[in-house]
Amino acid sequence: MSRAKSWLPGLLLVSPSIVLIAVFVYGLIGQNIWVSLNTSVNPVTDKVVNPGGYQNYTQLLGSADYQHALWNLLVLTVVFMVGTMFFGLLWAVLLEKGVNGEGVFRSVYLYPMAVSFIAAGVVWRWLLSPATGDGAVGLNQLLNKMGLPQLENSWWSADSKFSMAAMAIPAVWQLSGYVMALFLAGFRGISEDQREAARIDGASEWQIYRHVLFPQLSPIALSALIILGHMSMKMFDLIYSIAGPNSYKASVPATLMWTQMFAQNDRVAAAVNATILLAIVAVVVVPYLIYTNKTETERD
Amino acid sequence: MRITKSWPVAAIAITALAFSACSTGGTTSTSSSSGGTDTTSVYSPKAGGAGGDVGVFTWWAAGSEKAGLDALQGVFTKQYSNDKFVNLAVAGGAGSNAKAKLASDLQNNQPPDSFQGHAGAELTDYIAQGQIVPVNDVVNALGGSKVFPQTLLDRLTVKGNIYSVPSNIHRANVVWANPKVLQTAGVTAVPKDIKSWIADMDKVKASGVNTPLTIGGTWTQVQLFETILIADLGVDDYNGLFDGKTKWDSDKVKTAVNDYKTILTYANTASDGDDWPAATDAVIDGKAAYNVMGDWAVAEFNEKKAVDGTGYTYFPVPGTDGVFDFLADSFTLPKGAKNADGAKDWLMTIGSADGQKAFNLAKGSIPARTDVPADAFPKYQQSAMNSFKKDKIASSIAHGAAVSLAWNTDISTAISKFYAGRNADTLVSDLAAAAAKHQK
Repeated sequence: MSRAKSWLPGLLLVSPSIVLIAVFVYGLIGQNIWVSLNTSVNPVTDKVVNPGGYQNYTQLLGSADYQHALWNLLVLTVVFMVGTMFFGLLWAVLLEKGVNGEGVFRSVYLYPMAVSFIAAGVVWRWLLSPATGDGAVGLNQLLNKMGLPQLENSWWSADSKFSMAAMAIPAVWQLSGYVMALFLAGFRGISEDQREAARIDGASEWQIYRHVLFPQLSPIALSALIILGHMSMKMFDLIYSIAGPNSYKASVPATLMWTQMFAQNDRVAAAVNATILLAIVAVVVVPYLIYTNKTETERD
Repeated sequence: MRITKSWPVAAIAITALAFSACSTGGTTSTSSSSGGTDTTSVYSPKAGGAGGDVGVFTWWAAGSEKAGLDALQGVFTKQYSNDKFVNLAVAGGAGSNAKAKLASDLQNNQPPDSFQGHAGAELTDYIAQGQIVPVNDVVNALGGSKVFPQTLLDRLTVKGNIYSVPSNIHRANVVWANPKVLQTAGVTAVPKDIKSWIADMDKVKASGVNTPLTIGGTWTQVQLFETILIADLGVDDYNGLFDGKTKWDSDKVKTAVNDYKTILTYANTASDGDDWPAATDAVIDGKAAYNVMGDWAVAEFNEKKAVDGTGYTYFPVPGTDGVFDFLADSFTLPKGAKNADGAKDWLMTIGSADGQKAFNLAKGSIPARTDVPADAFPKYQQSAMNSFKKDKIASSIAHGAAVSLAWNTDISTAISKFYAGRNADTLVSDLAAAAAKHQK
């Protein structure tokens, strides 16, 4: 009885959230997977759209359009993560040195995050306009006026396998400030004594960063990578507002899902797509969760 | 006590989920119902209307569209004073927000009394799912083929039934041109076919205009392509593309794809998400000679104070003279509408000469009826009404008259893909694949 007293209030306290998560997260994931295995028939043409079972998955994964979308997602994710981490870390290192007016710079770098993806997308659609030469607007016009017309290009509309890299520019612009804030908090959490000790031992400035500061930031870097990674995989609003509803060049699984669900009226294919995305995210996130769990138990 | 308070919340949540699970299981019936209306019956409204609330769902929430809806409401309350008009308009996203809301209302069997939809094939999804019922009796009461062109009614008829009453017509195959640019280039006559149009574009380019033709985002490219299809195939073969009589990989389609490819080389560089007014503005500013756009462009010319005749001219896309590439808004009668008779009164107003005149004057489109006097309308609309009366009618792909939304999406993606890669063979095979997927 006395043992029950010790765990019962705790369990009661968390049980509402356990139930809610069980129903609304795992229950709905289950429902989604169930839908993805259904057979469906087009009511207008009476043709079988999804044969049902695992064949739904082989059908979608085998389609050239979906492979194109997955490739775009890979390009986007790599460029977005590398770019954001690079600029975030660079700005954090610069600000960490204690420049004048640090507050101003911090706000300037963080501001893009306060803009919604949709609003930013409307502006970037114009900035990334593919027209060059006399008709150029946005970034191309800027390059033109700076006397660098050879740098003008068609951005994400270009006929290249890697055009999706341009779509990462607005995303990098928006989230670098956030990564900077994470790293800056990390730098501030490291006591000044350690640097002084390293200096007394004769370490150069680079050696202090390389061997004293950066190793202590690795948990932050890992969380930042996970956050950026899953944001990039579900990125829809920015791409949709830049490229419109039916863009082939800019299609990723998330925009394709919208098309499948609302334009094609094909719930099953959208559910298959959602399940595949979930699996991709899980491949990234689950090892991270296991790793954090392990390090936290070790710390206890 | 404080802890247990959240239990009811969770209980409600679970019950709600259970209900939603039940309802998703129950909506799989796809049998289409004919609604019991036979094609010859005639609706006769009660004097003053059936009474009660009539909820009308649209995405006309701003600008000239809202002005048009308000004008219609005025006519409706005058004609059927017992009925009370309830405006259920949903704003935003050029109708995409509204369509998402409508889809969930229809799935939950909570339909409005009448809703707006593009006339033609875009309604086939609703018809196949039995969500709307035929309104032959209303169309018959309005006068049927005596007041609506038979070719238009043919395009609206599915298996002998008509499922909507058209409120307004737009024309998609119009070239808007800048007369000053054409004069400088020495282009004096309106080209007769695509070949001579391309020759004219060469002249314009030689006169120093880099982009003789302007385009916008994907749907404007689909619209340009469909007008070239009409020009190269002729109206009958073009209409055959949608009932299977013309093959999408036939030689004529290949010719049209190659013409489209050539014409794109005269156009500006656009991105998939671009809007249309910038393309029209380039013609107004003299940076381009031609723009193919639906006749809602008149509003843009008026806003920029361009004068009909000197500031801009217009003609059907070369090779489509005598063809009216139409798109239309229309209103439907959903299955299970709470006030079906009130909704039919509303449809009678939509289809009446007074309703069509009031609405189209405000919106800037033309009436679907051919017996509305043209004198009250501005110059462009008069010419469009004239053509609509005598021209052969083709259905627009880009605006949902010819193909369902799903098919339209596949065609748009193919056009978007073509714009980046310019591979004519891929476009033809993509178009053929889309047709195979969506055609019976």
